[in-house]
Amino acid sequence: MSTDTDWDGVRLHVVTGKGGTGKTTVAAALALALATPERRVLLIEVEGRQGVARLFDCPPLPYAERKVGIGLGTGSRSGQGGDVYALAVDPEGALLDYLAMFYNMRRAGSALTKLGVVDFATTIAPGLSDVLVTGKATEATRRRTGGKESPHVYHCVVMDAPPTGRIGRFLNVSTEVSDLARVGPVKTHADTVAKVIRSPQTAVHFVTTLEEMPVQETLDGLTELRELTGGTIAPGAVVVNMARPTVLAPDALAAAASGSLDLAALAAGLKAAGLGDDDHLAADLATELKEHSVQVAMQDRAREELRKAGRPQYELPMLTDGIDLAGLYQLAAALRKQGAA
Amino acid sequence: MTASRLDLDRIIDDPRTRIIVCCGSGGVGKTTTAAALGLRAAERGRQACVLTVDPARRLAQSMGLTSLDNTPRQVDGVHQDSGGSLHAMMLDMKRTFDEIVEAHADPDRAAQILANPFYQSLSSSFAGTQEYMAMEKLGQLRHADEWDLIVVDTPPSRSALDFLDAPQRLGRFLDGRLIRLLTGPAKVGMSFMGVLNAGFSMMTSALTKILGAQVLKDAQTFVTALDTMFGGFRERAESTYRLLQAPGTAFLVIAAPEPDALREASYFVERLDAERMPLAGLILNRVHTSPASRLSAARSLAASETLDSHNEAPGTGSASAGDVDGSDSRLIAAAALRLHAERMQLGKREGRLAEHFTSAHPAVPVAEVPAQPEDVHDLSGLRVIGELLCADPGAS
Repeated sequence: MSTDTDWDGVRLHVVTGKGGTGKTTVAAALALALATPERRVLLIEVEGRQGVARLFDCPPLPYAERKVGIGLGTGSRSGQGGDVYALAVDPEGALLDYLAMFYNMRRAGSALTKLGVVDFATTIAPGLSDVLVTGKATEATRRRTGGKESPHVYHCVVMDAPPTGRIGRFLNVSTEVSDLARVGPVKTHADTVAKVIRSPQTAVHFVTTLEEMPVQETLDGLTELRELTGGTIAPGAVVVNMARPTVLAPDALAAAASGSLDLAALAAGLKAAGLGDDDHLAADLATELKEHSVQVAMQDRAREELRKAGRPQYELPMLTDGIDLAGLYQLAAALRKQGAA
Repeated sequence: MTASRLDLDRIIDDPRTRIIVCCGSGGVGKTTTAAALGLRAAERGRQACVLTVDPARRLAQSMGLTSLDNTPRQVDGVHQDSGGSLHAMMLDMKRTFDEIVEAHADPDRAAQILANPFYQSLSSSFAGTQEYMAMEKLGQLRHADEWDLIVVDTPPSRSALDFLDAPQRLGRFLDGRLIRLLTGPAKVGMSFMGVLNAGFSMMTSALTKILGAQVLKDAQTFVTALDTMFGGFRERAESTYRLLQAPGTAFLVIAAPEPDALREASYFVERLDAERMPLAGLILNRVHTSPASRLSAARSLAASETLDSHNEAPGTGSASAGDVDGSDSRLIAAAALRLHAERMQLGKREGRLAEHFTSAHPAVPVAEVPAQPEDVHDLSGLRVIGELLCADPGAS
């Protein structure tokens, strides 16, 4: 069964977001959602945090593509989803890979590592290490099972990318590198990478919570992406994470916000629930309701603000028990239901 | 196990405290905490300066300012009854680096360095340089001696350790054998290469192959220029390091009650300990508390379900007007109870995470800040955070 999603044709999903917004969680959930039956998906982590391994409850990921889970199924008839692979890319591994793949120079690569050249590159010219990392992601995206017309190894690739503050530069590899190297092999490589990143096959999704600063960073990040790259990198969706549900009807919410909530009615309700012996409970719960109404209002403002970006917007709930594998599938289902996959 | 309470007022009131460093992973409220502490210290009589390094201008937002630049600016609206003052600045990384170059090289050489593509990449990229420049600026501010308390908010690093490592790493490079290698061929010629480790020649050939000869040449020029200019980056990095180890410095590790943030906080605590950096304690932001904590999540949820079942079966009561009100009050009570249950559940989970941290680090004092329903974006908001940070534990 193939349904239309908002991202048909996109094969490299780049997921960014401000620190603390759950970018890795959303990237993992998106990978599970995209892995429909028969479709293999690769989840790439680039910041060396091993967050993916923790989410999937498996040992730390090496620089190798490992199966970490099975995608979300498509209901009772179609059975379980496709395989989800994961890979932790570090600049050092990517450099060795690059040297081996393009120059057959694995030994020289080891010498470079020993001498601290990779460290050197990340310190003196971070653009170079970024191009190695994004290069690995685009290589996996383009990889085919055989000859030119054979199917792709991965139906799509999801990259848990650096945070919003760095995403523009991170993806703008070809410009960043050409400032340093106007010609030469690295420049050629960067151009190949840029071609994939700037094609309609790539979309950059922004994860945010419904708080002012993450929202602001999301909007700034979208603007920066457009300005840095002259609009050549396609913005994807805005994914709202950890949204708190509204428990009150609009009129009760307004009453709670203005402090005109009927305390006697609340007390009567509590009494009906068998909690009538606590005189202060109604007032204390009213305080909680008031805070909740403030939060709901803030969330609504944040949603409104985000809509200005004009991007498809998905919303994932806050999971009070924390994120475990079951929670991850729950988020994956929510993403799929909203058309993300 | 209960952690001892972190007494922040004692730290900010102590005239011997000259530097407070706020560190922790991204998104845990470092900037807000730094700003709130700076404001509180100023209103308690300190001449405080807050240094933030965040490119997203968060401090500017939370202090209600529209712009900050590379020189500390006085913050308006601070209560000055105690004779204190508050300045704030946001680090302009490139500007700071340019200033160092301009201060240490003659105009011609400075212009040459500023135009070098490697310099431009290094000075405007976010990794490493930012940490280095933050420490550089901190050294400058401390040296200027205009403020008696500097509160620093550390950069949102890729890894928590970058902040401690980057200055030394940069120093190591600019002193190290890699630099000698890069600067070497120009001076001694390729025949010398044979004497060196066999890996060296392989490496230069690899570098030339990957980067191209021009890039290598640019890198050499840049490194030589920096090398002669600074006369030992390592020394500079080490003096910054000693400044951080000094007794007048207090490190605060900031976290939110989330597994990732607390894991990072643990990492930080261990690392600071290993480096003999003076750790003052942990600040746990956005903790969910409740004014009705006597009512457990389970009881609250059960009570709301009782009400739900009443509401689903309206026929059980009489059809009088009073009963209509009764169903309304049951609805609102059920909603309040569900909300309360969720809040208690969240608080309980957070409590477990905090306990976990404390059993691993029993000697680290902790201050908890309750979650605020709204974002902080002005001085009065910061003032509230400051009060909560320093609240008497007995009060809540």
